[in-house]
Amino acid sequence: MTNEENMTEVLTGETDRRVASSATASPTSLRVDGVTAAELHAKGVHAWFGERMVLENVDLVMERTKVTALIGPSGCGKSTFLRILNRMHEIVPGASLAGSVDLDGEDIYDPNQRAATIRRHIGMVFQRPNPFPAMSVRDNVLAGLRFNRIKSKHKDEIIEEALTKAGLWSEVRDRLKDMGGALSGGQQQRLCIARALAVKPAVLLMDEPCSALDPGSTLRIEQTVKEIAHEVTVVIVTHNMQQAQRVSDKTAFFLSQDGNPGYIVETGKTEDIFARPQDPRTADYVQGRFG
Amino acid sequence: MTSELAPSPLKLANKRSNEDRLFRGVTRGAGLATFVILALIGVFLFIEALPAFRSQGWRFLTNTGWQTTGAHPQFGVLSALSGSIIIAVIGLIIAIPVSISCALFINEYAPDTLLRFIPFKNFLTAAVDLMAAVPSIIYGMWGFFILQPHMVGLEKWLSTFFGSLGIFQNTSGAYTSSFFIAGTIVGIMCMPIITSLCREVFSLTPSGEREGAMSLGASRARVIRDVVFPFSKGGMIGSIMLGLGRALGEAIAVAIIIALAFPLNFHVVQAGGNSIAALIALQWGAGGNLGTSALLAAGLVLFILTLIINMIASRIVNASKMAGR
Repeated sequence: MTNEENMTEVLTGETDRRVASSATASPTSLRVDGVTAAELHAKGVHAWFGERMVLENVDLVMERTKVTALIGPSGCGKSTFLRILNRMHEIVPGASLAGSVDLDGEDIYDPNQRAATIRRHIGMVFQRPNPFPAMSVRDNVLAGLRFNRIKSKHKDEIIEEALTKAGLWSEVRDRLKDMGGALSGGQQQRLCIARALAVKPAVLLMDEPCSALDPGSTLRIEQTVKEIAHEVTVVIVTHNMQQAQRVSDKTAFFLSQDGNPGYIVETGKTEDIFARPQDPRTADYVQGRFG
Repeated sequence: MTSELAPSPLKLANKRSNEDRLFRGVTRGAGLATFVILALIGVFLFIEALPAFRSQGWRFLTNTGWQTTGAHPQFGVLSALSGSIIIAVIGLIIAIPVSISCALFINEYAPDTLLRFIPFKNFLTAAVDLMAAVPSIIYGMWGFFILQPHMVGLEKWLSTFFGSLGIFQNTSGAYTSSFFIAGTIVGIMCMPIITSLCREVFSLTPSGEREGAMSLGASRARVIRDVVFPFSKGGMIGSIMLGLGRALGEAIAVAIIIALAFPLNFHVVQAGGNSIAALIALQWGAGGNLGTSALLAAGLVLFILTLIINMIASRIVNASKMAGR
């Protein structure tokens, strides 16, 4: 199907993607529990808020156990794209999209998929730390299991493992009963990472996870990203060029000009994007001449 | 080192502009006015109620009859007080689940638009607010003429199958004009208050927490249970207490429906009952000076009851705020 056909479909609402989340059919066996990292493949992704197109024809492969960085100036659609990757885009009123996203070959927008199940397999860490303030640190980590009615006899092990991976265990091992809101900003963000890792996602999406944090916390989180990358595919949106270079294997440069929809200018190995960019616009951006 | 050498905090003073002074004065006056009015009402009720209290003493709280004339007047507020509470409880049992569900539907599930041009969500919100604006006399008449005939069947069913529980017992065979029907109407009248306040509180749930839960694979129902409800607990209790205030104080609708009866009655599906507000509405001007004083004394009891309930409510709301945040 061409992109144009896709667009008309969305605009006329005939196969409005939002309908898919309410499908009652049983979910296909998307992934087997315990299987780690998966490849995410976005094909011809378009996005709209109301009538305004904000993202145009984005193709991107996010490889298994690699860290993919999405860079580009503000308002170029990076975050929108990220939210399309785990069906968070569709919860915004008036938002619609076209194209497809495959998780190890299965379309996450297939009408037989439950959006909630998809989100469990493709976790997300947000720009602002958002632990559940009325839950203890322990309950925050276990929240995903609770939400998905996963019973486990090894809760303590799950908590320790997730918090260790997120680089928080040594700081909170004696404070597991404290409220999530009582931690510092950097700790809260690592708690959110632990919370996302506890349900063993195949992909972890991170939307500028360090933009609200101090340099020390940022460093800790970057270490965490590098450590978890061997078992979960990571996609990270960042405004920080050094951060992209430090943590990612692959970089995609997004751009939108004069209020037009955002698109990908260039994709490649991170070292190539920063050292040998093919497109002059990429060169200008990574060398700090605009954005 | 002596304490004289330690710096003492500066006493901060600020020169206010005339504008500021005026504004401050007006708002402060309005703020104090609420206390003054509340105190004046209490004092007025107490003074006017004195003759009734002198006549009956503490028995005013334990008597059930309402004989305010003659050589040996005997009256008390007990059956009216218990009736008010019964009606309010029935009303809340009906109103709370319906209101909270309705607020959740408007907030979480209702589509913004229907058929692409009807602003469905706004319509629903406006309809709920409109429900609050309907005068209570209308509810009373509707309840008497339309609702009551349809409720009798349900009441008979309740008394047949649950009569052994006592409260659903019916010894007279008359099912109209009962606490149950009055309570249902009062519940319907409380619904818009509870619904619109709950909707307001639910909509304030931080989107960060909401999205955090969704990103972990939580269904909508889970998000409501684990994010929206814990966040809204205080507001929900507050809205229920406001509803309770209305339920306890409702006079006209109850007066139209209930058949005033003074014996203490806990049979909710049986004809006959009492409530302070309905009693005042129905007996006003009857029973001479002592009768009026007795009604004002009953009003004072209702006034104190609602004050206590509101104080308890604000305690609960504050406590849940502390625990939640």
